[in-house]
Amino acid sequence: MSLKQYQEVIINPLIKENPITLQILGICSALAVTNNLSVTMVMCVAVTSVVSFSNLFISLIRNYIPSSIRIIVQMTIIASLVIVVDELLKAYDYETSKKLSVFVGLIITNCIVMGRAEAFAMKQKPLVSFFDGLGNGIGYSIILIGVAFIRELFGAGTLFGYEILPLVSNGGWYMGNNLLLLPPSSFIIIGLFIWLIRSLQKDQIEEDDFVVTKHSTTPDLSKREINV
Amino acid sequence: MFEHYLSIFITTVFIENIALSLFLGMCTFIAISKKIDAAFGLGIAVIVVCMLTVPLNNLIYNFILREDALTWLGIEGTNLEFVELISYIGVIAASVQILEMFLDKYVPALYNALGQFLPLITVNCAILGASLFMVEKDLLFMESIVYGFGAGFGWALAIVVLAGIREKLKYSDIPEGLKGLGTTFIIVGLMSFGFMSFGGISL
Repeated sequence: MSLKQYQEVIINPLIKENPITLQILGICSALAVTNNLSVTMVMCVAVTSVVSFSNLFISLIRNYIPSSIRIIVQMTIIASLVIVVDELLKAYDYETSKKLSVFVGLIITNCIVMGRAEAFAMKQKPLVSFFDGLGNGIGYSIILIGVAFIRELFGAGTLFGYEILPLVSNGGWYMGNNLLLLPPSSFIIIGLFIWLIRSLQKDQIEEDDFVVTKHSTTPDLSKREINV
Repeated sequence: MFEHYLSIFITTVFIENIALSLFLGMCTFIAISKKIDAAFGLGIAVIVVCMLTVPLNNLIYNFILREDALTWLGIEGTNLEFVELISYIGVIAASVQILEMFLDKYVPALYNALGQFLPLITVNCAILGASLFMVEKDLLFMESIVYGFGAGFGWALAIVVLAGIREKLKYSDIPEGLKGLGTTFIIVGLMSFGFMSFGGISL
């Protein structure tokens, strides 16, 4: 593996092949945990470490996994890693772990982890798989942090809990957009992110399922029916 | 008694819809919702798997993992909750695999319809999420059957509705960059705002 290939596996998933906006992976957790930047950061670190280490370990034993039970084997590795993360979080940051509730456990079924294990780590060498996991984890984090930034700043007027835009209720001038504090708003923000990325990366635009024929502006007289 | 189960069912389907209020199983929800047929097949598969795994995990939690759960074996002072995640996902992966083999052998027609969706379901967070919420709500065995069915049903309902909307939108003129995935996200956002209106209902 040359240096260039390592660069590719790290840089590509950031914007160009972003797991959330192009590969449709790992959306669940992107929505429920993004109303607060600090919680989001913890989630991003958790997902990134799980995806890179699961890629590393799965790639290490890839030649010994029978393909009929590979999903269970992958799941076991991923679940063990998630348990480690969960226990660490409970020990060192209990407050955040309470806020994330079941979403830490749900990293197991976060499709980024499974998807990368299946698509990349089962075929490639350990080290490069690790970096692929790292790149995808960071790509996921970029979108999550972007969404959380918008939601917390314009929804509550704060960033990391510090006041940036003073709210009217605290004697300031900013009227918080409560809609952004509701979880569904993150769908709409991600939708707009996709629009932004795709207007820069034209090749990601999806094809139409069919072609609309142009309406003719002059009537076709040869086909005219005459009702007698 | 019946009313109690009915209220659990209605709560899980509408008020705490697993897709649109708790945002679980989103990846498959968005990826496989282009056509109503496929969405319907996947929905049925999720209902079946949810109904199987949630009660199974309920038994495992109550008789093995829970604090002091092993007293029926004469062992006291155990707390195996830390292996919760790995046992649930094991149960899910195993029952999906068994279901797949069973359908393949005895109900080929159903296997042809559902077969391709079954492997996808192992990684569907709606299923694991339903089990985790079942533990958080501390449900009894019978309640967990109703909860499993309700969770699957709510998810299936949501994906069929989304597929219907997407099929209709095929003919609309959407800005280039928003085509496909972009609009789907925005539709799901709006649907989810709609489902939030059930939030005020108390049963």
